[in-house]
Amino acid sequence: MAEWVAACAIDDIDPEDVIPFGHAGRAYAIYRSPDDTYHATDGHCTHEQTLLCDGLVENGVIECPKHNGRFDYTSGKALGAPVLVDLRTYPVRVIDGTVYIDVA
Amino acid sequence: MGKERLQRYSLAGPENRAAMEAGLAGADWFRSDVPRKRMKELMRRSDYPAIRDTVIWLGLILLFGGLAIAFWGTWWALPFFLVYGTLYGSTSDSRWHETGHGTAFKTRWLDEGLYQLASFMIMRDPTVWRWSHARHHTDTLVLGRDPEIAAMRPARLARLIANFAGLVDVPTAFRLMFRHAAGRLTPDEADFVPEPERHKVYRAARIDLASYAVTIALAIGLRSWLPVLLIGGPRLYGAWLLNIYALTQHAGLGENVLDHRLNTRTVKMCAVNRFLYWNMNYHVEHHMFPLVPYYRLAALHEEIKHDCAPVYRSIWAAYREIVPAILRQLRDEEYYVRRELLPGAAPLHVPAPLNDGRGLPLTAVTAA
Repeated sequence: MAEWVAACAIDDIDPEDVIPFGHAGRAYAIYRSPDDTYHATDGHCTHEQTLLCDGLVENGVIECPKHNGRFDYTSGKALGAPVLVDLRTYPVRVIDGTVYIDVA
Repeated sequence: MGKERLQRYSLAGPENRAAMEAGLAGADWFRSDVPRKRMKELMRRSDYPAIRDTVIWLGLILLFGGLAIAFWGTWWALPFFLVYGTLYGSTSDSRWHETGHGTAFKTRWLDEGLYQLASFMIMRDPTVWRWSHARHHTDTLVLGRDPEIAAMRPARLARLIANFAGLVDVPTAFRLMFRHAAGRLTPDEADFVPEPERHKVYRAARIDLASYAVTIALAIGLRSWLPVLLIGGPRLYGAWLLNIYALTQHAGLGENVLDHRLNTRTVKMCAVNRFLYWNMNYHVEHHMFPLVPYYRLAALHEEIKHDCAPVYRSIWAAYREIVPAILRQLRDEEYYVRRELLPGAAPLHVPAPLNDGRGLPLTAVTAA
């Protein structure tokens, strides 16, 4: 069953950037693409649990700030060593300027 | 006593587990506070600088290699081989390093292509060393965890000196190639190379061995050393500069300190050395923010230098510290160069026997 949680306002994130979001003791990363679509993934890299919100967002990819592991943030797909495990993604919807993610 | 301490550097020994249990492995490391907007500018990728520098670099290698071939059989070939060999056997290290991080080019295939080429030139398996270097960044100079500690305590002095002519790296590389080609890793490598990646190691080793077999066959067929001096050989006679640069990074500094400002050096170098070393001399900056490409490290240095220890004014200045430190560590294994942060720099972890730089036996420290 879906559990939609308000994560941020749409303008809290710059285009092609990421911000952290915490809920119920869990870290998430919320992304805004250059086309103003919003996406959400787990907040930590699957390689060594580094927070992704300090990483580089470019061309649909989030790059981990510690070891440069790269993920497609729309699908969570790991794009090669040193990340081998995909990132969990979460459904996102935008209502009245607020970004909601389904944390269920 | 020295031998016992050297065993603590093994990733397959008890120090690895002790470091994990003590919280030294995968720990939080100090990072200077740089505004997100500025960091995004510094992390931004561009193909232009790396393409320009790579064209110049490969052009110089081809030019001096061509001149060495043209003057083969005369003494005039010697200086051309020296330059060719140094570019091949030393400066491939920095190309390997930057492309291994994936930061040099914006275009991925350019980055990966140069990574594969540089890995071959520097005689490092591209997969093993990608994982080894990831571990080096996670646990820089943490005993039992970091596989890339060049100067141990006490230093293996004869090996350090011999390696200026590649006399340790090259035999080790070939020993590993044969081992990998047979489908086996060392116990240390098995600690950091995940199972799904290992088949790449074995395949690359077989390709590398075949390449060197062709080179040697060519040398025998032509009854000439020329093929060996052009391929593989530069890793011996051209390795001197690699070691001069590499030892400036961490040698003599504190172990287990969890702060790159204390276990890493940033050394000022001239424009020629910065080109050859692809700005790896900004090593504190690189370790603190590995996503910043080499062509923006000087700008990053300006952002965080107030937060660090003083930079070394030259390679010479760094070696005036490194050589005495290594020599003293032969007698005193707890000695290390204690770096003092500039006044006003953000505080580091509270020094404790566990992480004060001496690298004391963790079992003894935690028991106390």
